[in-house]
Amino acid sequence: MNKEWPIWEIFIRSKNGLEHRHCGSLHAADEEMAIQNARDVYTRRQEGVSIWVVESKHITASNPEKNGEMFEPAADKVYRHPTFYELPDEIKHM
Amino acid sequence: MENKTLSLEDQFQNRIDSGENIEAKDWMPEKYRKTHIRQISQHAHSEVVGMLPEGNWISRAPSLRRKVALLAKVQDEAGHGLYLYSAAETLGISREELNEQLNSGRAKYSSIFNYPTVSWADMGAVGWLVDGAAIINQVMLTKTSYGPYARAMVRICKEESFHQRQGYEIMLSLCNGTEAQKAMSQDALNRWWWPSMMMFGPRDEESPNTEQSMKWKIKKKTNDELRQQFVDQTVPQVEILGLTVPDKDLKWNDETGHYDFGTIDWDEFWDVVKGNGLMNEKRLKDRNEAWDEGKWVRDGASAYADKQAEKRAKKTA
Ligand SMILES: [Fe+2]
Ligand SMILES: [Fe+2]
Repeated sequence: MNKEWPIWEIFIRSKNGLEHRHCGSLHAADEEMAIQNARDVYTRRQEGVSIWVVESKHITASNPEKNGEMFEPAADKVYRHPTFYELPDEIKHM
Repeated sequence: MENKTLSLEDQFQNRIDSGENIEAKDWMPEKYRKTHIRQISQHAHSEVVGMLPEGNWISRAPSLRRKVALLAKVQDEAGHGLYLYSAAETLGISREELNEQLNSGRAKYSSIFNYPTVSWADMGAVGWLVDGAAIINQVMLTKTSYGPYARAMVRICKEESFHQRQGYEIMLSLCNGTEAQKAMSQDALNRWWWPSMMMFGPRDEESPNTEQSMKWKIKKKTNDELRQQFVDQTVPQVEILGLTVPDKDLKWNDETGHYDFGTIDWDEFWDVVKGNGLMNEKRLKDRNEAWDEGKWVRDGASAYADKQAEKRAKKTA
């Protein structure tokens, strides 16, 4: 049995002006093949104009078990939102 | 804070109950993981094996229009297999293992693909009924609790609707054709109706996993509910074709607002599941042949990738 091909994460830009978005993953022997396979699998109906591939092992993810300390501190900072500030109704363009 | 006193399982259930999706790195009960690996991989195998009965007709499609459509459909099914294998792999099983499970015959896939496709009308009936039944199941699964599975389903559902439409269009042309063509489509409907009904799985009272699946929001509707939906939406389509559903007990029920239908032959269902369908052996043999005959391509790609990597290493050295 030959060695298993690595997994690649695929990011597609659906049209210029928009960001690349993660759309899935696939196996490929190298980056060139990953791009070709991504084209065949994820853009058969003109879903993209640009493809990024990155080997999954190069992605570092945050730990969901630490979500509390990671993301909760933002929850009580309402003053970061414009609606926190009370202004009279006659103020326009603000 | 109160959460601290809840067990991990209870916290998990709370997340599901509040409609949250579970993602790959989240804590999950071992049984949730195992059930998903089994269900997603069976689904993936079904997409892959599902290419065989239709691939059988690509070279014999009656026109170029039909041929490109069928080819595109079969290609889509390969993609569906890939989306689903990727989703299964997020749960910690390797593609190699998944492949091995299918090729060795240990894994299950949808029994519908163990029926033969004997006439061109079968391409119509399969697209219309088999993909039609699959769509009902897959639309439900776009809301399933495991994120990678749900996202694969969204992508798949977008691609499926053309599958069913091209199938129905084949039926429509045959039914508007000669007497012989119409008879051929009736024959296809006769053979595919009941196996399609069986695609939703055993009756609710004989489906012990349903309760847990509903609790974990793997499924949002029961087998019988999905089957009823299939009958209700398909019978009017049969009428437009001018064909007859091969079920003498089929009757509109004013009280329930649904069609009543006859009894499914569950002995046949279990027999095919156990491997005694007409095509079980052939499908597995074809699958293995395709895998073995593709070995030189996989080896070649690996060798090329190694060489390129070597070259790069030399350059940077
Ligand atoms: Fe599919
Ligand atoms: Fe399909």
